[in-house]
Amino acid sequence: MSDTHAQSVGFVQQTQIPPSPPPAAETGAFKWMRENLFSSVFNAILTLLGLLAVYALARFSLPWILNGVWNAESLSGCREVLDGNGGACFAVLTERWNQLLFGFKYPSDAYWRPTLALVLLLVSAAPVLFSKLPRKMLILTGLYPFIGFWLIWGGSIWVPVFALLGVVAGYYAFKKLEKQSFAMGFFGGIVAAVVFWWLSGFVEPLLSRIIPIALEAVPSRDMGGFMLNLILGTVCISLSLPIGILLALGRRSDLLIVKWICVVFIEFIRGVPLITLLFMANVVLAYFLPPGTNFDLILRVIIMITMFASAYIAEVIRGGLAALPKGQYEAADSLGLDYAQAMRLIILPQALKISIPGIVNVAVGLFKDTTLVSVISMFDLVGMIRGPILASTDWNGVYWELFLFAALLFFVTCYGISQYSQWLERQLDTGHKR
Amino acid sequence: MTTYSDPPSESFRLSMLVNDTRYRSFTFQFIALILLAGAIGFLGINLMRNLALLGQDISFDFLGEPSGYDINQRPIEYDSQSTHMRATIVGVLNTLIVAFLGCITATILGVVAGVLRLSNNWIIRKLMMIYVEAFRNVPVLIWILIIFFVMTAALPPPSAFRGDDPDSSMLLGAFAFTNRGIYIPRPIWEPGSGIVVGVFIASVIGVFAYRRYTTKLLYDTGKLLPRGWPSLAILFLPTLLVFFILGQPISLDLPALKGFNFQGGTQIRGSLIALWFALAIYTGAFIAENVRAGIQAVSHGQTEAAASLGLRPGRIMNLVVLPQALRIVIPPVISQYLNLTKNSSLAIAVGYMDLTGTLGGITLNQTGRAIESVLLLMLFYLLISLSISAVMNVYNSRMQLKER
Repeated sequence: MSDTHAQSVGFVQQTQIPPSPPPAAETGAFKWMRENLFSSVFNAILTLLGLLAVYALARFSLPWILNGVWNAESLSGCREVLDGNGGACFAVLTERWNQLLFGFKYPSDAYWRPTLALVLLLVSAAPVLFSKLPRKMLILTGLYPFIGFWLIWGGSIWVPVFALLGVVAGYYAFKKLEKQSFAMGFFGGIVAAVVFWWLSGFVEPLLSRIIPIALEAVPSRDMGGFMLNLILGTVCISLSLPIGILLALGRRSDLLIVKWICVVFIEFIRGVPLITLLFMANVVLAYFLPPGTNFDLILRVIIMITMFASAYIAEVIRGGLAALPKGQYEAADSLGLDYAQAMRLIILPQALKISIPGIVNVAVGLFKDTTLVSVISMFDLVGMIRGPILASTDWNGVYWELFLFAALLFFVTCYGISQYSQWLERQLDTGHKR
Repeated sequence: MTTYSDPPSESFRLSMLVNDTRYRSFTFQFIALILLAGAIGFLGINLMRNLALLGQDISFDFLGEPSGYDINQRPIEYDSQSTHMRATIVGVLNTLIVAFLGCITATILGVVAGVLRLSNNWIIRKLMMIYVEAFRNVPVLIWILIIFFVMTAALPPPSAFRGDDPDSSMLLGAFAFTNRGIYIPRPIWEPGSGIVVGVFIASVIGVFAYRRYTTKLLYDTGKLLPRGWPSLAILFLPTLLVFFILGQPISLDLPALKGFNFQGGTQIRGSLIALWFALAIYTGAFIAENVRAGIQAVSHGQTEAAASLGLRPGRIMNLVVLPQALRIVIPPVISQYLNLTKNSSLAIAVGYMDLTGTLGGITLNQTGRAIESVLLLMLFYLLISLSISAVMNVYNSRMQLKER
């Protein structure tokens, strides 16, 4: 067959011709640009406008950043170095670096303590954030509140040790009593812990004298800078999570009085700005405490911010509880679980999973809101910039560098958290969504 | 044979209060009530004792006393002899002004940015993403302060406008950007201006009526009247006509440099601008995300169906996607408005005299009436947020999809 064919046809292609490349206009960067930048006249105009905006931004900011002076004693020193050229004066950041991070009163030979506390915080938060890490690291997470407290505030080591032992005692009592009923165990644990703490109040000074292991104590009013933002953010979010869960459960409960207490609390807190709550912490709270009690501003602020955050978290978790199919509740009931068991074993694990993005949103928002404490004259990062640094004769007038630095710090932290939350959402996605 | 009788009624035992589910809820609620009453009692007694120790009482009489301080932005008549009550009202109005301006600007920014984030233009998409992420992840207080310092430190002082060869000049001869604020022309209302305004309002109503009429005509008869230029004509022609017939009763009072400062026109202070722009840009970033989420929630089939009907991309957006997205977008946007209003209390950081600056700031410090002032402050914000959430509930129930 092929022989005859070969005679009649002059040429037969023996191999397949490789496909020729697409026209130049349809490949690579050219195609991409045509599709993404110049697909229509309107789009071309938009692209040019966008490029113009980028150019205008770069024209001002690039020389400003590149000419930046990193070493100078004061603004006038910066201007001498710049010699009339436009440029940033980043020297303020290098010169006041420690003040920006730790405030201006924290003892300078103790800067390693908050730094170490931050590193430990990241390490101990890791197993909570990434479930693939070894579970044994959770022990460090459990110990962290006490280590972190001791590192930052200092004082005798026996205070956090006894606090930890109190928690252990409470947990032990809870485990003993839990078999009778959850409520019994819960309250029993609390009573045991409180009794232990009360007793240890007598032992602790004695022990501190016999075995004095102590770091230099730093009073809370000396905290400042970005450290204060981090402390407020971390402490308030971690405290507000359990309170928020309780409030959410209370708001959805059948007990009318409990429900209304929770509703009023949540709606009240959500209805007022955080500033008014901080005012309350600053000037009003003292009226409602027994005469003579005087605990420091940071603690009052922590209480107020925690209340604020817990109301928002309660609403997020309530959303998660409501989004759970009713079948889950009924299934838990039909297994004969009581309320505490059903919530702990069936409902909350699922509801909390649904609410993670919302909780992270609240956490990011709250962390940003910690800058508000500068309004009631606490020296957090913004307070430091507005107060001691901009008011000093050396750096009066260095606005952009300082505020952009603050913005950058917050951006890195908050953007990091929100990226984590999106990653977690993808991890937890069980594929039920369409 | 067997007779059923009621089970023997158990006599009530004390342990049933804890173990019997019928009574347990009462026990818990009773405990909760007692705890609540105890807490309130504890706080109340402390308050009484503290007040007695300090020789104070709770009274709102201070609102009737002369305030003795000046407010730089006064929407209503006010001087330092006015009462604290009046200062409070000025503060409320200032809060509402900045909230209103902020909400409108934030909506415009947010909708534009949200739609552009879905544009098929790469560079615009990325720019909008940078805008949204940069503003969402940085505290609004920092943005307020940045804009405030730009306004006060980077803009030229009024003296720079003086002389034959000034360093700065006014924009269009009518707008002056100085470090004391922005001066804009102010309309002067002369007799007869009321008629012009009335005609203008009437023509706005007329435009809506005309558009309704064309829609009805289109649905009834299929006849499509032009809508664009008649609307413009209805909007402007009668007003302009009346304006010139009456002899131009509205004129502009232009700001002009007199002495050390600008006179005439309206001064918008740097603090208001900082607060307004920062809140608008910040909230706009959040609204952009809501708008984007809402648009993406409209199923892709809707877009394709509209495209297969032959609609142009702009019309697909306007007629098919946005109306459906709006239902999803509006509730979160309203809560963003609420957040903006609450965030406007940050005014105190830049010295804008809103309610937090007057009642919660100077009045509180001068009179020492901390409890009363903070209480009133909270009640005001609570009132606003409760009324906005009431509006939202009504809206939600009206917009809910009427399902079969």
